[in-house]
Amino acid sequence: MRDGRLYLDGVSVVFDGFRALNNLSLIVEPGELRAIIGPNGAGKTTMMDIITGKTRPTAGTVSFGDRDLTRLDEATIANLGIGRKFQKPTVFDALTVFENLELALKAPRDPWSCLRWRLSGTARRCIEAVLEEIGLAERADHRAAILSHGQRQWLEIGMLLMQDPKLLLVDEPVAGMTDQETEHTAALLRRIAGSRSVVVVEHDLEFVRALGEKVTVLCEGSVLSEGSIDHVQNDPRVVDVYLGR
Amino acid sequence: MSASITLGGRLRPAPGTILRGLLLAGLALLALLPVLNRLPPDAALYVSDFVVAVSGKWICYAILALAIDLAWGYAGILSLGHGAFFALGGYAIGMHLMRLIGPRGVYGHPVLPDFMVFLGYTELPWYWQGFQFFPFAFAMALIVPGVLAGVLGWLAFRSRITGVYLSIITQAMTYALMLAFFRNDMGFGGNNGFTDFKELLGMPLNTAGARAALFYAALASLGASLLLCRHITKSKLGRVLVAVRDAESRVRFLGYDTTAVKLSVFVLSAMLAGLAGALYVPLIGIINPGEFSPGNSIEAVVWVAVGGRGTLVGALLGAFSVNAIKTWLTSFAPDLWLFVLGGLFVAVTLLLPRGIVGLLQKGPGR
Repeated sequence: MRDGRLYLDGVSVVFDGFRALNNLSLIVEPGELRAIIGPNGAGKTTMMDIITGKTRPTAGTVSFGDRDLTRLDEATIANLGIGRKFQKPTVFDALTVFENLELALKAPRDPWSCLRWRLSGTARRCIEAVLEEIGLAERADHRAAILSHGQRQWLEIGMLLMQDPKLLLVDEPVAGMTDQETEHTAALLRRIAGSRSVVVVEHDLEFVRALGEKVTVLCEGSVLSEGSIDHVQNDPRVVDVYLGR
Repeated sequence: MSASITLGGRLRPAPGTILRGLLLAGLALLALLPVLNRLPPDAALYVSDFVVAVSGKWICYAILALAIDLAWGYAGILSLGHGAFFALGGYAIGMHLMRLIGPRGVYGHPVLPDFMVFLGYTELPWYWQGFQFFPFAFAMALIVPGVLAGVLGWLAFRSRITGVYLSIITQAMTYALMLAFFRNDMGFGGNNGFTDFKELLGMPLNTAGARAALFYAALASLGASLLLCRHITKSKLGRVLVAVRDAESRVRFLGYDTTAVKLSVFVLSAMLAGLAGALYVPLIGIINPGEFSPGNSIEAVVWVAVGGRGTLVGALLGAFSVNAIKTWLTSFAPDLWLFVLGGLFVAVTLLLPRGIVGLLQKGPGR
């Protein structure tokens, strides 16, 4: 048993005869920062769905540490320390930045505890630390509805950090960001990895290069190539898939 | 927050403060009504029995509106069957009131209510046991709606049935209950329901004093319900509810059991509706299966929509204003009411998505 190691082996998912994942195997070690790239329909989002329990695999093994993820529901998986950032930022517009982070803070989650919840000094400091880290300290009391696109993405990453995750799944974080925001995001993710594993799904190869870590290329539901960004960019199979034959 | 900052950085009273003042003034005014009712009829400030009776009814409706707002305005659960929880609460107290009639019924049977004698019952059905005791009946007025909402909600939320599908299920529930309660062999008086109540807690019901006591009981319950709802919506649970309303799957990914969150608020909301019904029936003096009719539940949702869902003040404003229009309109053109109700709903949906409260806060629209 290895604590916090993500292990996928021979995973297949079939939707109405369509193979979204086809015998996919992938290992992410604790503390690793991994980028996943691949053309549309390669199965990147389905892979995230499998890890977070939103979709069940038709075949194969999915585990995190010693826990079998195929048998757990979404809430349990989230509480194991697997956080997911969706492609479309879904922060809670009606709440302030601070309240968004407060909801994400590790604390008893049942309705009764929520009713009796009082913000302690430790909890407040914890939220303020994350506010600093994601660069939104000055926006703490603003409603999330008025944040810019980039700020919403960082808030969402901040919400994941509040849960002190062991593994962070980040889906297309820089889509629609300015160059400066993209740079800021790459730096943020590099800082975050190390104490926890981070899996980033992304189209933007410049951003993946800026992350500077191991890259996995998915195609048609399985792993096509794996290695450094230079390695995969020079892999003829990857060139075929990306540029067409 | 009692003040909001304008663009110029100056402080001005927040709209919430004005609304809260309005609300407290309204409640204080209501509390005066039974007192003014005791004045001689030619006094300038005299308030007729009719006004007291109608206001008492509206207070009960306001509690129902709060219940719907808590589930719909905060948690996004649009129930079109809250009238059923209201009616069940009413029936529970109605059973108690029927048991208290005792030998004073038309047939003079020592235990059986008139309708049972008429239908040839020889003994009291088992489920009528215990209702001779007020605390039991009152508890049932809360527990029965709560349990029904618990079972229905558990089945629906667990299967992730949301939105319009849940609304349809709740609507079907109240319709099914209406059909069931119309049947004589259910043991609830069939289409006549319960009436001819004599007393409650030792008070004869047909006196001005009893009417005032019931009125104040309803008003106090409205105050307590308002404080309870406020406590919930101001807590972190309230923020979780809003989050569930706006993006439920996101809340689930944060590790919250949204089924438990929705279930607890739905059950509490049903119990509040049951409380409203339990206060309503002794005030009105009758309960029949018509209270289960789907239209009643929809009407109650319109109150909340008109007032402004997602704010507690809005629920109260909506219940009082729509019912005021209804009482006024049906006094000379009852046939028009359904058209006006439908028109109100369309107008509010299209022009005032945040209801009267939204209008008071910022002007129409968003």
